[in-house]
Amino acid sequence: MTGRAHRVERILTYLGAAALALFLLAPFAWLAISSLTPLAELIRKPLPWISPRMDLARYRLIFVSPEGENFRLALRNSTVVALIATSISLVAGMLGAYALSRFPSRRRAGVLYLMLATYMTPPVAILLPMYLILSRVGLLNNVVGLALVYTSFLTPFLTWILKGFFDAIPEQVEEAAMIDGASRLGALWHVTLPLSLPGVITAVLFGVILAWDEFLYALIFTSSTASKTLPVAIAEFTSRHAVDFGLMAAGGIIAALPPVLLAFALQRYLIAGLTAGGIKG
Amino acid sequence: MTRANRLTAWLLLAPALTIVGGVVGYPFLRTLYLSFFDAHLLGGIRGWTGPANYVQAFTSRDFLAAIGHTLYFAVGSVGIEVVLGVLVALFLNRSFYGRRVLRALLILPLALPTIVNGIMWRWIYNPEYGALNAFLTQTGVLREYRSWLGQPDVAMNMIIVADVWKNFPLVTLLVLAALQTVPTDLHDAARVDGANAWQRFWTITLPGIRPALLVALVLRSVEALKVFDIIYVMTRGGPASSTKTMSYLVYEQAFSFLQIGEAAAYAFVTVAIIMVFVAVYIRLVRSQGVAG
Repeated sequence: MTGRAHRVERILTYLGAAALALFLLAPFAWLAISSLTPLAELIRKPLPWISPRMDLARYRLIFVSPEGENFRLALRNSTVVALIATSISLVAGMLGAYALSRFPSRRRAGVLYLMLATYMTPPVAILLPMYLILSRVGLLNNVVGLALVYTSFLTPFLTWILKGFFDAIPEQVEEAAMIDGASRLGALWHVTLPLSLPGVITAVLFGVILAWDEFLYALIFTSSTASKTLPVAIAEFTSRHAVDFGLMAAGGIIAALPPVLLAFALQRYLIAGLTAGGIKG
Repeated sequence: MTRANRLTAWLLLAPALTIVGGVVGYPFLRTLYLSFFDAHLLGGIRGWTGPANYVQAFTSRDFLAAIGHTLYFAVGSVGIEVVLGVLVALFLNRSFYGRRVLRALLILPLALPTIVNGIMWRWIYNPEYGALNAFLTQTGVLREYRSWLGQPDVAMNMIIVADVWKNFPLVTLLVLAALQTVPTDLHDAARVDGANAWQRFWTITLPGIRPALLVALVLRSVEALKVFDIIYVMTRGGPASSTKTMSYLVYEQAFSFLQIGEAAAYAFVTVAIIMVFVAVYIRLVRSQGVAG
């Protein structure tokens, strides 16, 4: 390749890189800017884009003032639901995945694919009876009820991801511990578990992100302020406070920050989970 | 395998199987059951109607239109996501300064909650104050502001753009991982033999990333066919019902019109369509021989 062609290629590469970065960042950056810009500036024409009068007034409104109470409750509900659903699913998923990994059989291979099919089943498949069941047992508008519903997709997904991680840990490690006198559960607890820590971190990351993101179940099963989760509060927010676009943007940023920061901090695990969940199983 | 080991295995699986059976299996069968009854959300189950709800589903203009909208959304968004996803993956597979940063940036759309993505794009598309209108008029592309989500023939395309922005990085990350396994010396050998970039892509790269690509394609198709959240938050199925999807219609039939028998039939048809893709997915994963 000639030097000139090489230089042109390099320039094109960096132009492409800049375009991609802009495409990925611009929409979110505009959401962040909108959350800081006073309404009068946001609706001015022609749009000034960057205003010198940016402030944190809306974040103060959401976090400190009495009007932000409902939003703060939703933030709490989302956290509680994600933690309960992930904890239950993590325990059930780890035990199940361990069995599927260490005691393979044809029937249990079938169970593994059943888990995969279950995870991919659309919410509408169980939505209506679930509503009737929850209302009969008094768990509508209840964070625990919603968390139980979330185990419907988290348990099979975490089982599926964790099975792949357990497969990667050689059985000999456990056998060695068992020869040294450890029970199977003891070997699982003291040897396999520490080794599968990356798998557990990945599972928790996905559990929390998926639960935090869920909308349809939350919309149907929680309508009281005491139980509503963040996505539902935000969807409502947009119809109720339709006037202040910036407030809606601030709500969006706050809802986005926990999963986005978590995903960036645990990048390695996120990618491991995506490829494991997607390809290896 | 010894009897004791078999027992241990099923005991360990018991919690997960109980959850799947109780929270998915039982309600799933109840949906099937409900779909054969005249049932009202508040009034309860009134009477067996046989296949009437399914007949209603397949003769309902709204439901058939919803199937059409769903397929349009799925084909459009997944198609663009796959093409864009592969192009960006090939681009990021080159070595240049800053590609690690770009790779990390791909995580932003992926981690953004769907609802936040929906309100973000709805705000960008806003007919009176939106950034898209401002940008296009300030650069002289458009003479006046347009209502992007207010026109029946445009709204779904705009939702597809929002969905593509959020989900193409998944395809990129999966393909990028697969690209690591494509040997570079094959490329060098082909180049020496005079193969151009296009030929090298078709004969070396594509076969190498094919499994990952198929997985991404089916995975995204399943997600796209269940689409609800982004529709709900961006258009609520409007304008003129032009963005109502199958899941949206189930929701509306059950929780606006309270006809849960019919809604259950709609739901079951939706599930049946999606299960075809799930079956394809499971075959794919199985044939790769990693699991099970």
